[in-house]
Amino acid sequence: MSKGVAITGMGIISAIGNNVPENYDALINGKKGITRVDNIDTIQRDEIMVGEVKFTNDELIAQLNLPPENNYSRTAMLAVIAAKEAFANAEITDIKKHRTGIISGTSVGGMDMTEKYYYEYLTEKPFQKYIESHHAGDSTQKIAEQLGIEESLVTTISTACSSAANAIMLGARLIKSGKLDRVLVGGADCLSKFTINGFKTLMILSDTFNTPFDENRKGLNLGEAAAFLVLESDEVVKVENKKVLAYVKGYGNANDAFHQTASSDNGDGATLAMEKALKVANLKPSEIDYINAHGTATGNNDLSEGRAILRIFGENVPEFSSTKAYTGHTLAAAGAIEAIYSVLALQHNVIFPNLNFKTPMKEFSMVPQTELKQKVLKTVLSNSLGFGGNCSTVIFSKEA
Amino acid sequence: MSDLKQELKEKIIEQLNLEEISVADIADDDALFGDGLGLDSIDALELIVMLDKDYGIRLSDPKEGRKIFESVQVMADYIQEHRTK
Amino acid sequence: MKKVFINSIASISSQKTFDNSVFLNEIIDYNNTVIFAHDPDYKQYIPPAAARRMAKGIKMGVVASKIAMDEAGIETVDAIITGTGMGCMIDSEKFVSAIIDNNEQYLTPTSFIQSTHNTVAGQIALGMECKAYNFTYVHSAISFESALLDAKMQLENDEAEHILVGGVEELGEHTTKVHRTINHIKPEAVTISTVLNSKTEGAVFSEGANFFAVSNEKRESCYAELLAVETYNTLQKERVSETIEYFLEENNLKIDNIDLVVLGNNGDVEFDSYYTQLSEGMFRQTQQVFYKHLVGENNTVSAFGIWLASKIIKIQSIPEILKINSIATSEVKTVLCYNQYRGQNHSLVLLKKC
Repeated sequence: MSKGVAITGMGIISAIGNNVPENYDALINGKKGITRVDNIDTIQRDEIMVGEVKFTNDELIAQLNLPPENNYSRTAMLAVIAAKEAFANAEITDIKKHRTGIISGTSVGGMDMTEKYYYEYLTEKPFQKYIESHHAGDSTQKIAEQLGIEESLVTTISTACSSAANAIMLGARLIKSGKLDRVLVGGADCLSKFTINGFKTLMILSDTFNTPFDENRKGLNLGEAAAFLVLESDEVVKVENKKVLAYVKGYGNANDAFHQTASSDNGDGATLAMEKALKVANLKPSEIDYINAHGTATGNNDLSEGRAILRIFGENVPEFSSTKAYTGHTLAAAGAIEAIYSVLALQHNVIFPNLNFKTPMKEFSMVPQTELKQKVLKTVLSNSLGFGGNCSTVIFSKEA
Repeated sequence: MSDLKQELKEKIIEQLNLEEISVADIADDDALFGDGLGLDSIDALELIVMLDKDYGIRLSDPKEGRKIFESVQVMADYIQEHRTK
Repeated sequence: MKKVFINSIASISSQKTFDNSVFLNEIIDYNNTVIFAHDPDYKQYIPPAAARRMAKGIKMGVVASKIAMDEAGIETVDAIITGTGMGCMIDSEKFVSAIIDNNEQYLTPTSFIQSTHNTVAGQIALGMECKAYNFTYVHSAISFESALLDAKMQLENDEAEHILVGGVEELGEHTTKVHRTINHIKPEAVTISTVLNSKTEGAVFSEGANFFAVSNEKRESCYAELLAVETYNTLQKERVSETIEYFLEENNLKIDNIDLVVLGNNGDVEFDSYYTQLSEGMFRQTQQVFYKHLVGENNTVSAFGIWLASKIIKIQSIPEILKINSIATSEVKTVLCYNQYRGQNHSLVLLKKC
């Protein structure tokens, strides 16, 4: 059970960069991508900050060379850009050579178009093409089309903010069980009025830069992004002499079963998810070198997750940080964004800082890593916690 | 004042979809949260919007709500004092 | 690898299916293009405090899951895995229209919270206080099969012993209107007896919830063994027969070994040929049934097909209203279910007598 699954390619587009090198550059230089929202016309503009990809839809259409009659939602366009980079990075040329599938996570799906044309759909023919791009599976299907993946296992997971982490988990299990040889895993979510106003009603949006694990945190910044990783079986890696970037070593999912949106005070779900992931990885807590925390900067999440980390690691919590201060909370994509950041951390032996942190929380003495730090890393643990009590942990490692 | 309390009870039942409860079931001093009416944090957010929409009272911190929504009586007193519409 | 068994079934559909002691002995006809679920008394299953925020899909999912748990005689599970193609439509519509109608002002959180795709799985977990693995698949017509495949892998590898798996779909008023404009819904009212020969585009839209307790331990209540689940994002019409043959071969079966085929015909003149080429082709000597004339079309209605197959295998009797041809086998041992929606997202599920 403890053998890892090889990661051979990565692709990402987020508020801090349009590809993997740009994201890495921003991470090590402390450049955050949090601004006012530009691409959505919302009355909340002056009350919130977001992590936005600054390309307009027209610019994305041009980048992807899509015909004018295309019905791509913004989620789908972001997804395809990241998926293509991941495939190129994995140097995949012959798609038919191995049994290849896709598992993607999304929560917004095509909601950006639906909210734009909701009533127009009933009468305006030109917009009706987007009706079929509303459902959550659509962006995944678009990736398959663009990459030429046919007659395959292509599916979508939606477990709110843990969706992409769960996609990685399922992908790794499909490879381990021999069901697939190669699988693209990750997630995508664009910003939308739906999520902006939804989180606003929960009163957990910050009106300024989000400050994970800070005593005076005011809430989260929403973000948009897509990120995908290519997982391949040992056989494919061997036959094709693939360069392995890192391994998916362990994973676990559990439900907090406490409240629809809030996490339990003691982080039961997150604790269970981390325990399971450590077990699958066959690692002791002391063997984890860095934790990329979920750390959304809401009062509830950071307290609950912090307590869960303490329950697992006790006195010996390794360096931890949340990268949400860079990207905002990219919802269903977050698990894949942070998977890539975890792999980058392993590759470069570096811990990314938890930006904007000033004051330790009064409930415990844990303090995140606030400066960029060089450290030899063998393993990174990444948490993703979501609505519906959905808690996931994925562990990445340098060695199989 | 008693009109306001009646109005609040009706709104609470309507807004929070408390199908099994009637206005007569809610006494002015009954606790709305916890062991009383059994409302929770999501209901508190609903009531915050009601304060804003119907009485022009804006709360920025959901924690403030907890005190105000202690009972219909407390709510009515607070609204009486702070309402802008 | 361990074997996987379907130990209990539960269905809320447009027919009277939630009572497991009967099997389509009374049929509800319709004359419509959209059909709603025949509701059980939800209050019997869900306390009012919990039910007050639940839209219909959540109620259907929660109740179907309870029926399935009861029949399997289990209190808790090692995983809850659901599939829903369209998710919680009613609350999604409520929140989007509120955003537009009120210009982003005075919005309340409940419908936003309830609109999340994993609401049903989350609510089931909350109700059972089940902290186990909890996934929701949202991929159009293979949402349920993705959930079933996930469950099967866990049980085979002994990562779990009991899993609750289900599919749920609810009708949203606006979404229905919108799908009418692009002809995904039939242009004229049809009935059970006319829908499959309507020769028009589109389907009868419907809703429902189908849940199953699956396990690697065979219980007394066992309906069937789950042999294989396969999904295909695309499949050319000409490639369907070939793909099925290959699928059977992979499972060491020949066409002759299949005692019953469950087909997903929905009366859409554009896409039913995916099925008719099979019923008139490779399976012309095989007993065939269909079911969407009774329960309509939705993204997880294929789970009803599996409900049906399970029931037939267990009680060894096929209601006349389901039969496509007059071929009858003495014993229904092995059943193949095939489904697709609008030429995409195909699934094959293989069940065997346990």
